Amino acid sequence: MPQPSPTTMVPIVLTINGVRHELSLAPWVTLLDLLRERLGLTGTKKGCDQGQCGACTVLIDGRRVNACLVLAVARDGADITTVEGLATGDELHPLQAAFIEHDAFQCGYCTPGQICSGVGLMQEGHAHTREEIREQMSGNICRCGAYTNIADAIEDVIARQSASREAAE
Amino acid sequence: MEALQSNIAHIGKPTSRVDGKLKVTGRARYAAEYPAADLLHGVIVSATVPAGRITKLELDRARAVPGVVQIFTHENRGKAAWLDRKWRDEVAPPGHPFRPLHSDRILFDGQPIALVVADSFEAARDAASLVRAEYDIDDFCTELEVRRPEAYDPPEKRSGIPPPPEPRGDAEDAFDRAKHRISSEYRINAEHHNPMELFGTTCVFEGPGQLTIYEKTQGSQNSQGYVTSVFGLRSKNVRVINHYVGGAFGAALRPQQQLFFAVMASLELKRSVRVTLTRSQMFYIGYRPDTYHAIALAADNKGRLTSIMHDAVAATSHHEDYQEAVVNWSGMMYHCDNVKLSYALAKLNTATPCDMRAPGASVGVNAFECAIDELCHDVGIDPLEFRRINFASIDENTGKMLTSKALLECYQQGAAAIGWDRRPVKPRSLKDGRELVGLGMATGMWDAFLMKAAAEAKLTADGRLEVSTAASDIGTGTWTILAQIGADALGLPLEAITSRIGDSTLPASPVEGGSWTAASNGSAVMAACEAIKATLFKHARAMTNSPVAQAEYDDVVFAGGRIALKNDLARSLSFAEVMHAADLAEITETGKAAPSLLQMRKYISYTHSAVFAEVRVDEDLGVVRIPRIVCAAAAGRIINPKTARSQILGGVVMGIGMALHEEAMTDHRLGKIMNHSLAEYHVPAHADIADIEVIFVDETDEKVSPLGVKGLGEIGIVGTAAAVANAIFNATGRRVRDFPITLDKLLA
Repeated sequence: MPQPSPTTMVPIVLTINGVRHELSLAPWVTLLDLLRERLGLTGTKKGCDQGQCGACTVLIDGRRVNACLVLAVARDGADITTVEGLATGDELHPLQAAFIEHDAFQCGYCTPGQICSGVGLMQEGHAHTREEIREQMSGNICRCGAYTNIADAIEDVIARQSASREAAE
Repeated sequence: MEALQSNIAHIGKPTSRVDGKLKVTGRARYAAEYPAADLLHGVIVSATVPAGRITKLELDRARAVPGVVQIFTHENRGKAAWLDRKWRDEVAPPGHPFRPLHSDRILFDGQPIALVVADSFEAARDAASLVRAEYDIDDFCTELEVRRPEAYDPPEKRSGIPPPPEPRGDAEDAFDRAKHRISSEYRINAEHHNPMELFGTTCVFEGPGQLTIYEKTQGSQNSQGYVTSVFGLRSKNVRVINHYVGGAFGAALRPQQQLFFAVMASLELKRSVRVTLTRSQMFYIGYRPDTYHAIALAADNKGRLTSIMHDAVAATSHHEDYQEAVVNWSGMMYHCDNVKLSYALAKLNTATPCDMRAPGASVGVNAFECAIDELCHDVGIDPLEFRRINFASIDENTGKMLTSKALLECYQQGAAAIGWDRRPVKPRSLKDGRELVGLGMATGMWDAFLMKAAAEAKLTADGRLEVSTAASDIGTGTWTILAQIGADALGLPLEAITSRIGDSTLPASPVEGGSWTAASNGSAVMAACEAIKATLFKHARAMTNSPVAQAEYDDVVFAGGRIALKNDLARSLSFAEVMHAADLAEITETGKAAPSLLQMRKYISYTHSAVFAEVRVDEDLGVVRIPRIVCAAAAGRIINPKTARSQILGGVVMGIGMALHEEAMTDHRLGKIMNHSLAEYHVPAHADIADIEVIFVDETDEKVSPLGVKGLGEIGIVGTAAAVANAIFNATGRRVRDFPITLDKLLA
């Protein structure tokens, strides 16, 4: 039997930001490097390549995941949303707009990960207080120190969402 | 400035970043994100010993990895300059710049010893992991305490860094005779910048000797000069672009390893090459050096300072004498007639340290402001009152007058915001549940520089203005504030302005550092816009039946894309009418900013701040929480309160890191940093940061820069760690003099 090689191509299908991609990939390619180096989706950032900083956070089947820790071939069939897939046409996702309004970034490098993580956090529905937001966002490091503004942005969107839910009820 | 005052619509207004949309949608491209045809990927192999010689490099297994194109080592390095001086960049300290792959000699752990180039990142990474090196290890030392007895006064001073002032009065005698005195030693451990973006360079090979380089740098022109000098390339053939920079904090002031390697490989292989450092490798490109501070202070019964002595020793490498202004601040923060300061270096087998946010001041002021707190305790005086009593109204180091100093307002407003009057006078006397509660404060100070910079402004007949200068935006807001300045100068809406920065082909700019970009590049943009106005006015007067034909320049205003008479705003001309009449499709003018040497003989400028912290310390576990910090800053004119506030927030957060978290841990038996990852080198995370309030006190300063701007990049960190440490003392009665203040030290 031939020795399996990291360069033996494996066919997989991924849906990324609503677009179906039929790919043939070496198994040693991480989801992060697939996005950045092969698909031109450089919005997802590489800050450590070790799962320690959160800059590469994407949503896989709705859950926030560090893309640097995922081998792409292991997620055959997955539905992936990156920062490029959050806006609808020209209309920003409410959290993207809130990040601009609250100046929740400076250099912008951790920002896509913070925003994807924030969207994931809101979908999880466990964060009800500012302390819970801070705790549950702690996997995303911001060296520029925009933490208070990031918490403001997330708090703002959660408050507006629950206000509009209440209004609808 | 006159035009601005009558016409301010954007300066001083909290304005969202003009690059915000690109950053929140992931479309802002950083250095390692530019595509290139047939791109090769380079991965650096790092040395694993701190000193010695490479005796053998085992490359066969690496070469055998499919996709590997070339492996560069000191034995086959591409052509590069021999002479030391060719490797010196704009901000290099005295000494011998590090030359990658120059020889078999190892100068520091983590030194690059090979570059593996392959057609995929994965192949290069895998092959790099298979390179084996053998070494002859020399004696080495990475421990500052051991080398401290051999500390020396650096023979050649680093350009731009003032050495400590000459002693004044008799500090020793005053100390000996004083009623109240303290003598302490502080240590601040080495820190690493760790910007979020990995250092990366994409070098696009455009043809022989012709390169477009996308580079992580705080100065496109500094990198461009380095590349042309090291590789002997023609200036016009090398263009460096740094539109977006994913944080830097000083680490990208000097050209880093990846630039050399990407360019060298690109020239040798005649292909485009991308090289990105790993997070671990970023611990070997410069750091905030460890420092020791021996501080002795004395005061009289009324709390007046009578003696200040501050002797600092800082680490540097064997190959360069890296220097900072560490102790100078101690001679000018307060009034004191007897002052003696010294600063010495000790050589370690490490990479050369490099400027990190408020280099010098963040450590020197931190130690000094903690020592001041000790003295206040000894005298039995409120630390805020002590600082008011000892207020210095001039720079006592140089005898120069200050262009402004609204520090007393910072004290007053900051104290009110934190609720200073609830500070327990007696340490360890306030408890809330399991937690000891305390308040502390410190003064902060940083230079307000104006540097030489140039800019160009281009007005087109459609009413759009483009302002350009080779400045950088490392998260500071440069894109946005230059647009605000352009808009107000010509009375145009913000949407009509395009900033162009981050490109070595633009008008000359210094590196972005020292908090000088807003003042320097902003003033240059302002000057270029003023020149456009003068040209417009000249053409407007020359028009037939011109409403401004008889007017002087001072009689008109520029607003809403029109030139109008001040006294009769209805009588006006649109820019388009003027340009059409003069048959001009566009007007392009240049502007410059430079410090006034005449003024500098009498005056000097600083930014000031007062930082107040509330801490809560778990009495049993020693866990420190900081529920609230207030930073009140006096920084002249604030162009954009929104981005300015973020600058201060960032400085305060990094100051919290210095106080509680950040520390490079070296195993001195191996000469190696052990915690070279973000998991083990803790930088503040969301959970560490609670409430931070930023106050900008009013400060008008017509001398500091043409715009009245002082700069904000560094001031937020200065004093923050001391305010936290002083609050910890107030809460616990424990004075920890070794930073960061981790819980083991509090419980010891």
